[in-house]
Amino acid sequence: MNTTLRRLASVVMVMFLALMVSTTWIQFFHADELNSDTRNIRSIYAEYGRARGPIVVGGEAVALSKPVDDEFGYQREYADGKLYSPLTGFFSLANGTFAIEHAENDYLNGQADALWVDRLQNMLTGRDPEGSSVELTVDPKAQQAAWDGLGDQRGAVVALDPKTGAILALVSKPSYDPNDLASHSTKEAGEAYTKLLNADGNPLKSNATADAYPPGSTFKLITTAAALESGDYTPDTVIDAPPSYTLTGTSTPVGNFAGTSCASAGKMTLADALRISCNTAFLGLAGDLGADAMDEQAEKFGYGDKFQIPFSTAASVYDQDPDSMSTAQVELSGIGQGSVIATPLQVAMVSAAIANGGEVMEPYSVDTVRDPQLEVVRETSPTSLGRAVSEKTAGQLTEMMKSVVESGSGTSAQISGVQVAGKTGTAQHGADTSKTDPHVWFTGFAPADDPQVAVAVVVEDGGDLGGQATGGSVSAPIAKAVMEAVLNG
Amino acid sequence: MSAVVENPERTVEPTERRPARLAELFLLILALAAGISAFAMVGRSVTGELPADFWAVSLVLTGISVAAHVVLRLRAPWADQVILPAVVLLNGLGLAMILRLQLADTQGADAWAQMMYTALGAVIAILLVWFLRDHRWIRRLTYTAMLVGLGLVVLPLLPVIGREINGARIWVNIAGFSLQPAEFAKIAFAIFFAGYLVTNRDTLALAGKKVLGLQLPRIRDLGPIIIVWAASLAVLVFERDLGTSLLFFGLFVAMLYLATERFSWVLIGLVLFAAGALVAASVFPHVGARMDVWLHPFDNELYNAVGGSYQIVQGTFALAAGGLFGTGWGEGYPYLVPYAFSDFIYSSLGEELGLTGLLAILLTYLLIVQRGLRTAIAVRDGFGKLLAGGLAFVMALQLFVVVGGITRIIPLTGLTLPFMAQGGSSLLANWIVIALLLRISDNARRPSALPVRGTIAQGGAMHDPIVVGAHDGTTPGGGVPVRRPAADAPSRGSTPSHPTEAITPHRDDPRGTTGGEHL
Repeated sequence: MNTTLRRLASVVMVMFLALMVSTTWIQFFHADELNSDTRNIRSIYAEYGRARGPIVVGGEAVALSKPVDDEFGYQREYADGKLYSPLTGFFSLANGTFAIEHAENDYLNGQADALWVDRLQNMLTGRDPEGSSVELTVDPKAQQAAWDGLGDQRGAVVALDPKTGAILALVSKPSYDPNDLASHSTKEAGEAYTKLLNADGNPLKSNATADAYPPGSTFKLITTAAALESGDYTPDTVIDAPPSYTLTGTSTPVGNFAGTSCASAGKMTLADALRISCNTAFLGLAGDLGADAMDEQAEKFGYGDKFQIPFSTAASVYDQDPDSMSTAQVELSGIGQGSVIATPLQVAMVSAAIANGGEVMEPYSVDTVRDPQLEVVRETSPTSLGRAVSEKTAGQLTEMMKSVVESGSGTSAQISGVQVAGKTGTAQHGADTSKTDPHVWFTGFAPADDPQVAVAVVVEDGGDLGGQATGGSVSAPIAKAVMEAVLNG
Repeated sequence: MSAVVENPERTVEPTERRPARLAELFLLILALAAGISAFAMVGRSVTGELPADFWAVSLVLTGISVAAHVVLRLRAPWADQVILPAVVLLNGLGLAMILRLQLADTQGADAWAQMMYTALGAVIAILLVWFLRDHRWIRRLTYTAMLVGLGLVVLPLLPVIGREINGARIWVNIAGFSLQPAEFAKIAFAIFFAGYLVTNRDTLALAGKKVLGLQLPRIRDLGPIIIVWAASLAVLVFERDLGTSLLFFGLFVAMLYLATERFSWVLIGLVLFAAGALVAASVFPHVGARMDVWLHPFDNELYNAVGGSYQIVQGTFALAAGGLFGTGWGEGYPYLVPYAFSDFIYSSLGEELGLTGLLAILLTYLLIVQRGLRTAIAVRDGFGKLLAGGLAFVMALQLFVVVGGITRIIPLTGLTLPFMAQGGSSLLANWIVIALLLRISDNARRPSALPVRGTIAQGGAMHDPIVVGAHDGTTPGGGVPVRRPAADAPSRGSTPSHPTEAITPHRDDPRGTTGGEHL
């Protein structure tokens, strides 16, 4: 039996070897992947034991960890949760982290590489580790004005500092209260999450940065920019503006808003076409410019890019494959319909770039990060993403946008004593556009001669006015309120 | 290591000096240091102070170590010196983890109960070593053990006392105490198999045709293996316990192979089990569901399903969180895994002690198992060889089933990690296993051919249990065919209980006319 006993001992060795290999596989080779699995709440658990830094807006904490007497030690609380949730995101035991709570996690929990001096001090002095505070660029008055302006309507507002790209306001409706998700009861938090996931209008998804809408007539700014940049057009160039335009190669006639004709002569200047937002003129103009010129201009403004603000936004899209667009599709894109979709952030960036003399600034929402001793450990410096249009073109566009607010489709954005530049949009959407009310837009900036704020507003499905809504009637007043809030400081 | 036995394969070198068991003493001190410092550390980490039970658990662990050491010195001085310290180490680390989980208010973790069962298990083991002077005495219980084993297996199926917990019906509840009879059944079966096989090994090995180089057994000799196969499948199907069924069947196949040296038995066994398991997986939904969870644990649907892969995925996360060196005692989150203190104590230990700690624990188990197998090789009687080999192997197999289940080598089952997982049945049963191994190893290493005062020449008046054993097969229930029951064996100080190797001093169990090795 000793032979078989020895063989059995070898079998036992093989069995143990298998266990050692499988354990090593999980604990060593596979550990990183498993540790980052979203269902692995250990990392969050560990972080609940730390004093997490606050998220600060205008000197007030909008997200704060308060000491509580439970197994974790700290409870994350959000002041004005719904107002700021598209930026703050949430920090949830049951549901993970999101938005700034996710993107700035290393600083908020004090584990960032840059904070090693603090950690060393904590270790030496026996002080409990504390996270850094993250200060946002948001102007609380502008944020509140945007929130109030949207009221119960669905949509989004984004306001930027055109010179720096700093986000001054970012509101999305419907919104959610991150306090519901931050509950330490995984059951409550899980239920709240499920409820939000299934809620009408998808409140967890920020309309301002994660949702892309057809930009409608606000895209005419890009069409105009492409025309001016081509060198073949000036604001005074007379272009065709027929009462109705049949898309090339199709029998589909496209008219103007409410079926009006733009000009009795069927022709008008480019500046006038933009001022009254003449669809038929821009259909033909886009067709003449061609897909390449349109696509290139859109990309220069930021289309096709995701921005890290510091959390990632959705990319706006001119067309998935511009090379194979039909002429009809190119024509439609000229009025921001068809394949074109844009986030409200992107639409605001177009106005901001025009306001900034043609230079596109990278959008950002985190101004400074300070350690617990209030020393600045990180500061965002404005970054240029390049030039979208020449300074001359930017000036011409500004003049044209001024006339939109002065005497065109956007008069309700006027602010007394301040020159406002802007553009309205009323975008059809859905499979059958006759059955859905249009999304209504306004984008612009003020003051036109020394821009302090650029803004984009979208209200879904016409908001309270439904089918009667236009960008001028519904969105422009909201934009006006936000710009006033910034200008009146 | 024994200073006495240099090469246990050969007949032991005669010596009169009783080992002082200093190696064991030294190793015990190390094991106790590891355990007691762990008790202190979990308290410091979790609550910031020494745990309330610190002195109690430390004293109990020290007490059983000292008691066992002293009893071994007195009653089994030649017994293996590594096994006891290894067990104390594992038991101590397990207690520390359970204490740590209890301090973190983990529902169900009960360090006090585990401590009591540790003490009880150790006391039973000590008594066993004290009163059982010769393991061959157990052989008379061969058929009693079979009945007891089968009885224990069906116990959970009985109404009133049977309990179904988490889908597996492997518990009985008697007077408020929960028992897992399978833990004890494995010992009973090991005794039965050893006694049965030592008697019938030749018939099983030699009768039958040779096909394709495999010596096939005769159909009528297949009877016992069919019965055990059916019993294992019954456990699988009716008690929904893949682990226990695998354990019983693996034990039997391994011991059959040990006894007959016929690989054909292993093949037949594996084919039968695989076939049975496959059929069960396709016919019974709960077995099939286990398979799905095994193969695709990270599938979100299975993860969220009731009875799905949540536990094993969380256990895997715990292991991953531990990484190479672990979080340290009390610094991790092992309680996030359901049953972190019993079925999943392996992942809990992995999280806080890391890969380093788990490899050390695995090696400690390997040490116990290999020492057991070594004992089997060294001991001279066939029954002892089979029993020690079987008990050592069943521990290895249990470890493989538990750890393999958690690390997904095989489907997850409900077996417990010996000495570490919380559970009275498991602790008591495994301490009994250790007592038996220690007793057999004492016999294996004890110098035998010494001329002792009062003894006659070899082959003299001493009983020969092997010859006696040959009649066991005809006396089910164990009877009393022994001329001189081993219970009456000469007391300490004399050695006439090993006459057999004087007759056949080489390796194996001599069985009179047919005896010896047949290769």
